[in-house]
Amino acid sequence: MFKGYKDLPEVPMTWDTTFVNITGSWRTVKPVLDPEKCTKCYICWKFCPEVAIIIDEELKEVPKIDYDHCKGCAICANECPKKAIEMVVESMEE
Amino acid sequence: MVKSVITGNYASSYGAKLARAQVIAAYPITPQTSVVEKIAEFVAEGTMDTQYIKVESEHSAMAACITASQTGARTFTATSAHGLTLMHEMLIWASGARTPVVMTNINRAMAPPWSVWADHLDSVAQRDTGWIQYYCESNQEVLDTIITAYKVSESREIMLPSMLTLDAFYLSHTYETVDIPDQDKVDKFLPPFDPLYKFDVEDPHLFGSLSFPHQFYMEWRYQIALSMERARDKILEIDKEFESMFGRSHGGLLDLYRCDGAEVVLIAAGTMASTIREVVDQLRDEGEKVGLARLRVFRPFPAKEIRELAEKIDVLGVLDRSYSFGYGGAFFAEIGGALYNHPDKPVLKNYVVGIGGRDVTPNTVRGIFENALSLQDRGLDKEIEWIELKEGGE
Amino acid sequence: MIEIRFHGRGGQGAVTAANILAIAAFKEGKDVQAFPYFGVERRGAPVTAFTKIDDKPVRIKSQIYEPDYVVVLDSSLLKAVNVTQGLKNGGTVIINADKKPEDIKGVQGKIATVDATAIAVKHGLGSKEAPIVNTAILGAFAKATDVVKLESIVESIMDSAPAKKKENAEAAKEAYDNTLIGGR
Repeated sequence: MFKGYKDLPEVPMTWDTTFVNITGSWRTVKPVLDPEKCTKCYICWKFCPEVAIIIDEELKEVPKIDYDHCKGCAICANECPKKAIEMVVESMEE
Repeated sequence: MVKSVITGNYASSYGAKLARAQVIAAYPITPQTSVVEKIAEFVAEGTMDTQYIKVESEHSAMAACITASQTGARTFTATSAHGLTLMHEMLIWASGARTPVVMTNINRAMAPPWSVWADHLDSVAQRDTGWIQYYCESNQEVLDTIITAYKVSESREIMLPSMLTLDAFYLSHTYETVDIPDQDKVDKFLPPFDPLYKFDVEDPHLFGSLSFPHQFYMEWRYQIALSMERARDKILEIDKEFESMFGRSHGGLLDLYRCDGAEVVLIAAGTMASTIREVVDQLRDEGEKVGLARLRVFRPFPAKEIRELAEKIDVLGVLDRSYSFGYGGAFFAEIGGALYNHPDKPVLKNYVVGIGGRDVTPNTVRGIFENALSLQDRGLDKEIEWIELKEGGE
Repeated sequence: MIEIRFHGRGGQGAVTAANILAIAAFKEGKDVQAFPYFGVERRGAPVTAFTKIDDKPVRIKSQIYEPDYVVVLDSSLLKAVNVTQGLKNGGTVIINADKKPEDIKGVQGKIATVDATAIAVKHGLGSKEAPIVNTAILGAFAKATDVVKLESIVESIMDSAPAKKKENAEAAKEAYDNTLIGGR
């Protein structure tokens, strides 16, 4: 990694993308999706500001939550028309 | 090559056309409007392949140029005075993001009071933004410098934006004889823009994000300082290359005229330097040992050339067509700074002249030379003098 | 170096006249400069334009204060503007007027006149209220001075007139033939 000006690229940029930034560690509550209640409307995916909800291209599966990047803002839980997402306080052990 | 009679603004338009600028985002302002009108004509008649973006302000124009450049496009814009100062935030962004945007600025006075005439404060006030700055004295130089500026700016070891300035009306609206080079010759000289890094969804990076006090903001800034240093030699190298291909040079960083054997030299930028050449010839015919050092490039600052000149002369008169309210005008203050630690110093005086478009005539220049010549014997009279200032008060 | 000053009203083509003259001299191998008196212009307001012509490069980039020749596109300006200000001794004033040089009041020096308005209207250049007299007056300029040849003016008009090239060239030629030179 960079140690000084001699290592920096010509342009102020990182080699990686924001993906390496594990923002999941910022949250205090986490969304948990109940597959029984989910109707695969994908509204949660549309509203997630963090792109932390993953859906499959065939649109056959229930959405999965990317816990490495989810910041726990609860917008998905708020928008879900079936109240299929519950915000759960994370325990210290997880 | 086509010999023609065109304005400085049209020379700008032809420069952008020959350089094959791919994206142009500009907002109109007197006296720049005909630059972009001519480009619009080129696009309409199909002789220029460029994407023109209509923006709502100069700030947006620069923002558009920066991001277009970051996608790998060669970008161009033009503005003046209030337009340039409106872009100030974005100018600093452009150099920080290392985007080689090239811009023509028409030097016009800042309001209030309202003025459309020639004055250098607009571009001088941008000297901290990290842009390379050229001050042109002729329409030919405007056209040629756009082409060479791209080559310098886009060099991998430079990657800094360039602005070239021309005096309002004295160049922008004045018809002069200009050789317009052939497109294929310019293509041989200036290859397509090929940046190392750009926005690419196949190879994504994070551009310009957070940088902490302990690492590496200071180092990013130092890199720009190093680039600006390298630009000195790069400009001279590209200047020579252009001369060997097109037969013309505009004098590198500090354009010397009859300084060999001169005792008194004036430093000036822009069209007044052209007028000074004429007066130097007249005075030389009268036996006076005078010369002109035209400050062609202000950033990077030609400290080495100024020190070399200073060693050989007795009096150095620095003309400023702007006033920075510091210690004299900006050129005077920086030249003084460069000479402070230098053992061989001439008498150094600041002549503040031509503010707000006040005409700098051969008589004005002659008066300045006469004063500078008199300082050889009696030493400095007044360190900062405003020339042809109307006093009134009777 | 030869310096010429043009006086007109916004919309009459004084600035274009200065430019066409520059191009004509350029075609004769001279170095040239042409520019308007820089300002904020509008139709009907007095406009001043300049042309500099020299055998060597024109390096002086300032206004003209002592012209060798003055060209007046609108004789109503003679009352409003001091058109001969700074005119060098022996300089000629070329005026668009339906009068003989001797009958021009208030202008000293060599005078040349031509009714450029009538010529312009005859060739369909502009209207009687707003005639485009610049090409006609350049024909008169060629006749009254030896600065450029009529052929160069005509060539320059054919190159740079945006419309009615032939009519403009004819106007210049007719004015050349009808210019009266006199005055003290």
